[in-house]
Amino acid sequence: MSILINKNTRLVVQGITGKTGTFHTQQCVEYGTNVVAGVTPGKGGQLWDNTIPVCNTLKEAVKEHGANASVIYVPPAFAADSILEAIDAEIPLVICITEGVPVRDMAEVRNRLQTNKTKTRLIGPNCPGIITPGECKIGIMPGYIHKPGRVGVISRSGTLTYEAVWQLTQSGHGQSTCIGIGGDPINGTSQLDAVRMLNEDPDTDAIIMIGEIGGSAEEEACAYIKEQVKKPVAGFIAGASAPKGRTMGHAGAIISSSGAGTAEAKFSAMEEAGVSIARNPSEIAEALLRIYKG
Amino acid sequence: MNIHEYQAKNLLEQFGVPIPRGYAATNTEEIQSAISDIGEAMTVVKAQIHAGGRGKGTFTDGYKGGVKVVKNSEEAHKAAKQMLNNTLVTAQTGPKGRKVQTLYFTEACDIEHEYYLAVVLDRESAQSVIIASTEGGVDIEAVADDTPEKLIRMPISPTMGLRSHHCRSVAFALGFEGQQVKQFSRILTGLYKMYWEKNAMLVEINPLVKTKQGKLLALDAKASFDGNALFKHPDINNLRDLNEEDPKEIEASNNDLAYIALDGDIACMVNGAGLAMATMDIIQSFGGSPANFLDVGGGANEDQVTAAFKIILSDPNVRGILVNIFGGIMQCDVIARGIVAAAKNVDINVPLVVRLEGTNVEAGKKILRESDVALTPAESLSEAAEIIVQKVKSTV
Repeated sequence: MSILINKNTRLVVQGITGKTGTFHTQQCVEYGTNVVAGVTPGKGGQLWDNTIPVCNTLKEAVKEHGANASVIYVPPAFAADSILEAIDAEIPLVICITEGVPVRDMAEVRNRLQTNKTKTRLIGPNCPGIITPGECKIGIMPGYIHKPGRVGVISRSGTLTYEAVWQLTQSGHGQSTCIGIGGDPINGTSQLDAVRMLNEDPDTDAIIMIGEIGGSAEEEACAYIKEQVKKPVAGFIAGASAPKGRTMGHAGAIISSSGAGTAEAKFSAMEEAGVSIARNPSEIAEALLRIYKG
Repeated sequence: MNIHEYQAKNLLEQFGVPIPRGYAATNTEEIQSAISDIGEAMTVVKAQIHAGGRGKGTFTDGYKGGVKVVKNSEEAHKAAKQMLNNTLVTAQTGPKGRKVQTLYFTEACDIEHEYYLAVVLDRESAQSVIIASTEGGVDIEAVADDTPEKLIRMPISPTMGLRSHHCRSVAFALGFEGQQVKQFSRILTGLYKMYWEKNAMLVEINPLVKTKQGKLLALDAKASFDGNALFKHPDINNLRDLNEEDPKEIEASNNDLAYIALDGDIACMVNGAGLAMATMDIIQSFGGSPANFLDVGGGANEDQVTAAFKIILSDPNVRGILVNIFGGIMQCDVIARGIVAAAKNVDINVPLVVRLEGTNVEAGKKILRESDVALTPAESLSEAAEIIVQKVKSTV
């Protein structure tokens, strides 16, 4: 009952021996994620936490330990290289948590993903990760706020997603899969990609899409929703009160000085596509429940 | 990160783009030497601020124009005296304007035609795009809106880079012939190289001029760089001009906090950029006005929370504070201890509403309840926003 990850996911952690990698790996293992290996170049042959084998390269983790998904916690200067290593190892799914990756690096990564017909899907960077509640958690989100169910959640933000998920869980509605696509201007998976996957997932009945100012990812997703999506969709856009020309924390959250990428334009696209809109971030679940009884 | 015109032009020159001779000055002595270096030629005196529309701008004392063409050194001195340390208001500065602390003196030239040339990173296609037009020297957005057919767009693959044929195509599209095609190709090559090697998001030459002598020159330039890549480029980082930034924002960046000053009176402190924006939005939707964006990040400690309170309260417009934390990785008890510690160090003399949710929320609420910090707890985000907006309105 999910997309991308489930109880059969075999995770490798790139940067497992670092502080962030160690903390979040512990959290994911506690949640029940099957972590089969870690990668830290030069530490191959060691055991992380006396249990999980550490490899020097990602290829080794795939070959020796059957990893089929990877999560990246390496510092921003090395993150793109780690993603490219994962693409070369032909791992189907890579989730990059790292914040602060130079955008030029991501332009190169995106071109690698697009032009060479690679087998890899990248989620992120600068994202909380992805979770299929009750089965597999990859990333930094708190597991306990989620509950297994049939609502898919997509978001460019971390804590704002937790807010929406918590509203759903408290109203008794579980989630199929929650994907944080990240707050950077160039990422691996767009709102459109994520909406399409959830739309095609037989175990997802309804979708929540949380966007932000900047770019046109939400408008593109809405064009698809209007044509192709019969499932109920609710949405919220953060940044209606943000000024022009300023980057609001996330590198991608900026209304250009010419006025492109406003919350208003994105809300209109949602309206046009028949998406149930939450104007207020505390009413995201409510907006969905207006059109979906669960 | 943005830089000044004179810095952008000096960089372009390093990459082989011809610019008019020019000198920057920040004080009377430097002005003296800049003007005497230029000599008795026609000179352009240009106010250096991080905002466009300088030529059409007005100083707060009524003096008109942040870009002046003068005939001789005496007039150059006069214009410089008027501009330095005066505040320039342009269409892009907002009504408060910007204090001019650097002037740039350049040799004037005989212009035959003005072109536009830029390279920018397009986020949707993840490609670099060369943008060029025969309509330079004006607002390029207006050209895009009114005469889109006059805008040339040439996507450049980040993995293949700029090739000679790209340069030739743009040169011919702009109507250059013979020797000028070569001149233009050298300029575009230098521009792209600077953009790529220095991790720029945008490098713009507007206008690129053809002089009556047939020479191409970058008359004005603008550049902005990826803040996430500055660690690779100490030379670019050194071009940061703190005079152009809000002191509160500088203090915040020194404490690893993402803070942006706004015009309202309700300050907010939130974890996560998306939630921080959403918190500003909900304040506005209840009829209040946010004083700032502030993301304390995923792992803020007591020191950072204290610093955040100090920064927020250094804004004289602030008449209330809303703290909104959804504890994921950040635990609510840690933030609660941060608030209590901050209240001991900082005099919080305005209403404070705190909404905690998520990891260790009960422990966090208990710490706040048992402290003597004057605050109003709120259960939900909308309740928190409603209370702070009401409290601030009732203090008017």
